[in-house]
Amino acid sequence: MELETMTALELAAKIKQRQIHVVDGVKAVFDQIESKEETVHAYLDLYKKEAYARAKEVEKGIADGTYAGPLAGVPIAIKDNICIKGKKTTCASRILENFVPQYNAEVIDRLEKAGMIIIGKTNMDEFAMGSTTETSAYGVTRNPWNTEHVPGGSSGGSCAAVAAGETFMALGSDTGGSIRQPSSFCGVTGIKPTYGTVSRYGLVAYASSLDQIGPVGKNVADCAALLEVIAGRDPKDSTSLERNDLDFSKSLEEKKLLGMKFGVPKEFLAKGLDPEVKDSFMNVLKTLTEQGAIVEFFSVETMEYMIPAYYIIASAEASSNLERFDGVKYGYRAAEYEGLHDMYKKTRTEAFGEEVKRRIMLGSFVLSSGYYDAYYLKALRTKALIKKEFDQAFEKYDVILAPAAPYTAPKIGESLKDPLAMYLGDIYTVAVNLCGLPGITVPCGMDKAGMPIGIQMIGDCFAEKKILRAAAAYEAVRGAFPTPEKGGKKA
Amino acid sequence: MAKIIDDETIENVCILAKLSLNEEAKEKAKEDMQKMLDYVEKLDELDTKGVEPLSHIFGDQNVFREDVVTNGDNKEAMLANAPKAKEGQYQVPKTIG
Repeated sequence: MELETMTALELAAKIKQRQIHVVDGVKAVFDQIESKEETVHAYLDLYKKEAYARAKEVEKGIADGTYAGPLAGVPIAIKDNICIKGKKTTCASRILENFVPQYNAEVIDRLEKAGMIIIGKTNMDEFAMGSTTETSAYGVTRNPWNTEHVPGGSSGGSCAAVAAGETFMALGSDTGGSIRQPSSFCGVTGIKPTYGTVSRYGLVAYASSLDQIGPVGKNVADCAALLEVIAGRDPKDSTSLERNDLDFSKSLEEKKLLGMKFGVPKEFLAKGLDPEVKDSFMNVLKTLTEQGAIVEFFSVETMEYMIPAYYIIASAEASSNLERFDGVKYGYRAAEYEGLHDMYKKTRTEAFGEEVKRRIMLGSFVLSSGYYDAYYLKALRTKALIKKEFDQAFEKYDVILAPAAPYTAPKIGESLKDPLAMYLGDIYTVAVNLCGLPGITVPCGMDKAGMPIGIQMIGDCFAEKKILRAAAAYEAVRGAFPTPEKGGKKA
Repeated sequence: MAKIIDDETIENVCILAKLSLNEEAKEKAKEDMQKMLDYVEKLDELDTKGVEPLSHIFGDQNVFREDVVTNGDNKEAMLANAPKAKEGQYQVPKTIG
C-alpha cells in the first residue's frame, strides 16, 4: 500500500504499531508535493526542513508516551489565515505579504500537543472572500481532478492539497461554505463545526459571527478525529463554548442509518441546480432510504433571503474587521503618500484585491448612517427568521440534507466576471453559518466530465455526532471514493 | 426601489472604507454596488415586523475574566512587523502641524 493513499488514522496506526516511521509519512507528502505542486499550487509556503526535524521529535514523543493521540505523527496543512508563530501568514493578500505572527493560533497549539506535523500553509481566496481560490494575490490553485478547473473556495488550497495527496489532512475555515464547497469540488470530506466549538484565536477575522475553523480530510473518521483535536473552550476566544460532548470519533462506532430522520428542503431542488448534481443527490436519498432511514421533503420559505442576508452581514463585519489593515503596525505600506489619511487610503487601495474592496465598500455602506436600519438590521431580522425555520425543522429531523453547491467545479476564469452570480453559488451553504449549525460535506458522485460531487449533511447546533454518524454510515454504503490518480483527468 | 448609488454615495463610502479609487474604479464600484443593492432589496418582501435582530446565535451576554496579563513582552517582535518603526515606536507621517 502506497503511504500517500492511506487515511490519516491508518497512517497514525501504522506508526503506533512501529510498522513505519513518522518520517515516512512526511516523506510521502513531500514526494507528492514534488510531483504535483507545480501544477496544483495548493501551497503558499512549505516547511520541509522543520517538518523533518519535527518528525524525529514526534517519533520520540510517541515512543515515550508524550503523544498518545490517534493522529500523532500525521502531516497536516494549514490555511494561510491561521497564525503560526514565526511563519508568514498572508491571508493570500498583498497587504499581509510580510506579516509574521508572534503567537500561535489556539488550534496550532492543539495540533502540536496532539503530535501532528505542520508541513505548510495553503492558498485561499484573499481574506477568505471568494468561492474559487482565484482571488488569491499569489496565483490560483488548480483542481487536482482536472487542472483547468478551480478547486472551489475559499479553502481551495487545503482541499486541493488533501485531494492531491499533498497532505493527509488540512485545516480550513468556513464563513459561508468555505470548507464545505471546496470539499465538494475536490472530492474530499470537510466539516464546519457548530459556532463556538473551535477557538478563533489566531484566525484572521473575516466575519466574526460566522467564521469557524474546521477539518478537511480523506474520510469522515479522519475529520472526526481532527475535530476532536481542535475543539474545546479557549478563554482567549470569548465566543468559544464549554462543551462536554467532544468525543466525536466515538459517534462513528455505530454506523446505522435505520430510523434516522432526514429532511430535504424542497426549494433546494427547484431551480438553478445542475441536473447531474441533482441526480447524484437523489441517488443518496435512495441509498439512505434503502438503509432504513426516513427521508422527507419539507419547505424552507426563507431560502431566497439567505444570500442577501448573508452578504449584508458578512460584508458589514468584514468592513469593520479589515479596518485594522492600515499600513501602521504590520503588513504593506504604500511607498508614496501625503499625510496620514492619504497613507491609509493608498496602502489599502494598492494592497487589497478587487473582491475584498467590493465587500469592504458594501459593508461600509450598509453600516453607514441612514442605511443601517434598512440593510444591516433588516438582514439581522431576516437571520432570526431563517434560524426559526431551521429550529422548527430540527424538531422533526435529525439531519437536513442539501447539495454542497449547485454545480461541480467551474473552469478557471469563469467565475470572477460576475460577482453576484458567484455569490448565488453559495445558496446551499450560507444558512449554516447564519444559524451557527454544524455541516459536513461527503463525496457522493461524479459528473460526466469526471468532476466530484458532494452532499451536505446539516445538524442542529451541537449535533455534530448525528451528522458524523449519518455521514460515516452513508460513506460505508457508498464505498471507497476514487482519487484524482484513479478516475480523474490527471494533474 | 433600491437606493441609487450616485457619485456622492461612492465618495462617502470611500471615506468610510478608507479607499481612494480612480474614476474608472469608481464607476465600476458604483455599478457593482448598485447591482448588489438591487438584488438584496429582495429582503423588503419579507415581513420582519416585530422580529428582533439576531446578532449572536447563543445570546449576547458578556464574558468576564480577571484582568491579568498572560502574554509576555513582545514589543521587539511586534515592532519587527511594522513597515516603519523608530525608537521603539511605530512611525507614521506627521499628523500635527
